[in-house]
Amino acid sequence: MFIPIYLPQTPCNKRPTSEKVQFFNSRYGRDQSMTNSQIAGDTKYLFKRDNTWWVKLAVPRPLRDILGYDMRRSLHTHDIEAAREARWAAIQEFRDEIEKIRAEQASQRSGTVAPLAKDQDGSGETQHGLRQLDQYIVEIVSDSGEGAQKCGQVLGLVSGKMGNGVWTVEIIPAEIQPPARERQGASGIRVRVGSKEVTNMGNEADMVVAFNEQVLYSRIDNGAYKKGTIVLLESMWAEDPDEKIRKQYQEALADFGAQGLVVHELPIQKECLKLVPDPRKGKNMFVLGMLCRILSRDTDMAKNEIANTFRRKSEKVIEINHALFDAGYAFARENLDYEIEIPTAEEYRMESAVVINGNTAAGLGVMAAGIEMVAMYPITPATSASHYLAEDFRLTGGFVHQAEDEIAAIGFAIGASYAGKTACTITSGPGMALKTEMIGLAVMAEVPLVIIDVQRGSPSTGLPTKVEQGDLLASLYGAPGDSPKIVIAAATISECFHFVVMARKLAESFRTPVIMLTDANLATGVQPIARPEVTDEWFAAPLDQSAWDEDVSPYDWDETTGLSDRPIPGMRGGEYILTGLAHNRDSKIAYDSASNQEGMNMRSRKLTALGATMKPPEIHGDPSGDLLIVGWGSTLGAIEEAVDLARAQGKKVSSTHLRFLSPLEPGLKEIFSRFKKVMTIEINYSDDPGAPLINEENRRYSQLALVLRAHTLMDIGCWSKVPGHPLQPGAIGRVIDANLTETEGAEACSA
Amino acid sequence: MFGLKGDWSLEVKDRYFTLQDYCGAEPRWCTGCGDHGILAAVHRVCRDAQIKPEKTVAVSGIGCSSRLPHYMNTYGFHGLHGRALPVACGIKSRRPDLDVWVATGDGDCFSIGAAHWIYALRYNMDITLLVFDNGIYGLTKKQTSPTTPLDVPTNTHPSGALLPPLNPLSVTLGVTNISFVAQIVDWNAPLRHEVIKKAHEHKGTSFVRIIQRCPVYVESIGKSLQDNPARLKLITHEKGVQVDDALKRLFPNHAEHDPSDLAAARALAQDESALPLGILYHNPDAPRYDLMSSVGLGMSVDDKLAGMNKALDHFAI
Repeated sequence: MFIPIYLPQTPCNKRPTSEKVQFFNSRYGRDQSMTNSQIAGDTKYLFKRDNTWWVKLAVPRPLRDILGYDMRRSLHTHDIEAAREARWAAIQEFRDEIEKIRAEQASQRSGTVAPLAKDQDGSGETQHGLRQLDQYIVEIVSDSGEGAQKCGQVLGLVSGKMGNGVWTVEIIPAEIQPPARERQGASGIRVRVGSKEVTNMGNEADMVVAFNEQVLYSRIDNGAYKKGTIVLLESMWAEDPDEKIRKQYQEALADFGAQGLVVHELPIQKECLKLVPDPRKGKNMFVLGMLCRILSRDTDMAKNEIANTFRRKSEKVIEINHALFDAGYAFARENLDYEIEIPTAEEYRMESAVVINGNTAAGLGVMAAGIEMVAMYPITPATSASHYLAEDFRLTGGFVHQAEDEIAAIGFAIGASYAGKTACTITSGPGMALKTEMIGLAVMAEVPLVIIDVQRGSPSTGLPTKVEQGDLLASLYGAPGDSPKIVIAAATISECFHFVVMARKLAESFRTPVIMLTDANLATGVQPIARPEVTDEWFAAPLDQSAWDEDVSPYDWDETTGLSDRPIPGMRGGEYILTGLAHNRDSKIAYDSASNQEGMNMRSRKLTALGATMKPPEIHGDPSGDLLIVGWGSTLGAIEEAVDLARAQGKKVSSTHLRFLSPLEPGLKEIFSRFKKVMTIEINYSDDPGAPLINEENRRYSQLALVLRAHTLMDIGCWSKVPGHPLQPGAIGRVIDANLTETEGAEACSA
Repeated sequence: MFGLKGDWSLEVKDRYFTLQDYCGAEPRWCTGCGDHGILAAVHRVCRDAQIKPEKTVAVSGIGCSSRLPHYMNTYGFHGLHGRALPVACGIKSRRPDLDVWVATGDGDCFSIGAAHWIYALRYNMDITLLVFDNGIYGLTKKQTSPTTPLDVPTNTHPSGALLPPLNPLSVTLGVTNISFVAQIVDWNAPLRHEVIKKAHEHKGTSFVRIIQRCPVYVESIGKSLQDNPARLKLITHEKGVQVDDALKRLFPNHAEHDPSDLAAARALAQDESALPLGILYHNPDAPRYDLMSSVGLGMSVDDKLAGMNKALDHFAI
């Protein structure tokens, strides 16, 4: 669990004073023992009614029939401090009550819950009948426009609501309507459901529903399936009037069989035709019904979600889709002998959760940060964050500006920020490239700004819908000259939310743009996360329009930290002309060498000051060993899953995951020195050491590895790939094994 | 003005501003440059309107004209080449209380910033947009600009500009949602002041093209117009600008033009024989984006918290 920085609420233009920096230091870190109550302005469990503080605790879902949605009572005080103190006794009483009822329930049904069965990775035979598993991966693939993603999203949402861990990955073709039955046009979704928290897409899928056989091929090429993966295949193609298609279908069937896939041909189209004239739209709901039966999902929840999906359509549409769902459910019950239960583990149950993807999380984070302006230009895969905001931003008084281009979008945001309303711009790699000059201006003129970069395949237009971690170096260095700025990377969907709140505060306190990197994997991955308890402390402070002390310069740099307060237009006496030219403390254009050097020093020093308040990153696993994997961004879940598995097998491997890329988190050199080998794992390009002409000297390293090598002067290795899809824990496991063998080999040689 | 009210009472608590209150650093433009006069007019319009210096923001891009903010004693934003308008619009979007001025040039606005030019006009936020059009890139030392006349030699086209110059007025008048278009020359002080004043009063984006002399690089452009006033046409109207008869005598060509008539404005803009001076088009009712983008401004913290929780509720399980 990473606890982000929550700086105390200060006016957006004030530098943190020395006490505030210290305060900030004590708040920062991954300290598990740090509770919310230590955070200033904390109102956890508290709410106000008629000026009196109340305490409330959400009731876990299974007990809501008995105890209601939450337990609450008045603390009979107007004083927040007294309320903070008094709440704990009340919360303890509530918890005792919940435990008591849980115990009663457990004694009533004791013996009925079977222990979790392990997945039998094997032939089709063992998979039949009712099985209890602790995780299951299912994919739905189709031609574009057949609604596979919607089907998977509802399945994921229902699973999340049932209390399961969930991770979804969308498979999106770059075109809106690519030709039908084309391998490259595969559109779909993977849903990984688990008993515990699920942090990544996992390895090969256990089951796949395919609307035609051709789209399955592209997934096979991506290594999405294994021997024994169950394929539920639309059989209509066997009777297609086009002989070529019939032939393709039969060939594919033989092919899949030879590869060890367990294929079931299902007349999905035929069944749907009984209910609707054009099953192309609606098949997905039939499939959803099938999967809900197979995975023992709650049908009422699924139907609610269907109704919600079509809430803007007529009752009739909802009815038809419900009928399709029921038909699919019945069809699976009658015809498919698969029944899987994925029980929820009580210890992973969240008191209250929200099910969101990373882009929605970032959008919600913008709102929770008190940002009122997002200026953007449409770009995949970032745009859905703005889509979400366009829907809900008004709830917190915000506005989404769709600008005429990427440059205008960031210019607009800089304008709002300059005027005291710290704004945000959301984009992806090509947009970042266009915004680069503006980012340099924000650095030079010290304008706070939040830039969210949802990374995609690169360079140029690259792979617009696919994941890559290719923008790290461009974010750090992609501007003429030295342009030090804060660069952070969210590693989880939860961080996509919380980091925006942190980013705005950092931007304002350190008077700098903050680049927050996420990627296409986080953007579309859906996961239940603990519901953030937003307090007013998270919002931007009201606009400061008090008079400015005329004796204070607009860049009154503190020699030690480089920090300075900022006059906001409207403040009398603070009038200054911001300029992107070299300038002195008075913001006057200054061409002399001393002023230029001082400006550079001060802007860089701010990063050092921030770095000085940070703690070293946490190590996942032992603090020393044979191999340390260093990661950043969305690979966290996959890396840690692979490391856990390797450690369970007795291997001495650990991992650490960086959230701050600029400034880098401190203590890296010391941490790295405790391991025999250190390497990064990233989704970006590096030369394969075995490729032609590559040797130790000319090998081009992956981006974080390059930064860390320069930073620590240590021999940091790397393994990176650009597959266009998230890394699988299995693949990382193989990298770990290979590098451990290498380390042992090296030792054997030196011995 | 200056505190004296109609009933002869004096309100001493109010602040009153003189020209000096708007004057910033000493201008560093060349001797004879038309920009000096425009700056003086801006100072005067600010003084006449008694706008608070701290509530005023002068935004610019890069170029000779874009030094203007430094010569204002207000807030200023001297940003990137071509990008003054997005910044100005961003300022206005959430700070409708600020009086936003933009100083830009023919290269800054019509060339590198052309996309923003069109879009700022479309947004029609309450901004006064002054384009200092001298027909040349001055700060980078004499390159062809979009409005350099044919055959005028420059350092990038030593044998003369190759293409006919862009007509900024007809482009501007072709933009949907345009609300205020005017043209002046820097050397006619009364008209200059009158038009900039009207532009400032207009609620919406007021586009003013100012034909401005660059005596250092292209003296010929300004001089040919000064020497030959028949190439200019004064346009006046009760809904536009009114000038006294003495001023009218300076212009051999004079026409009455109703600025609410877009078709007539376009015809005037396209008339190659004479440059129209005055207000070509004015529509006070065009939709304003700043009124839309400032939605939710000043929402209370309690309402924001409630809204935040409502937003989270949509995803709650």
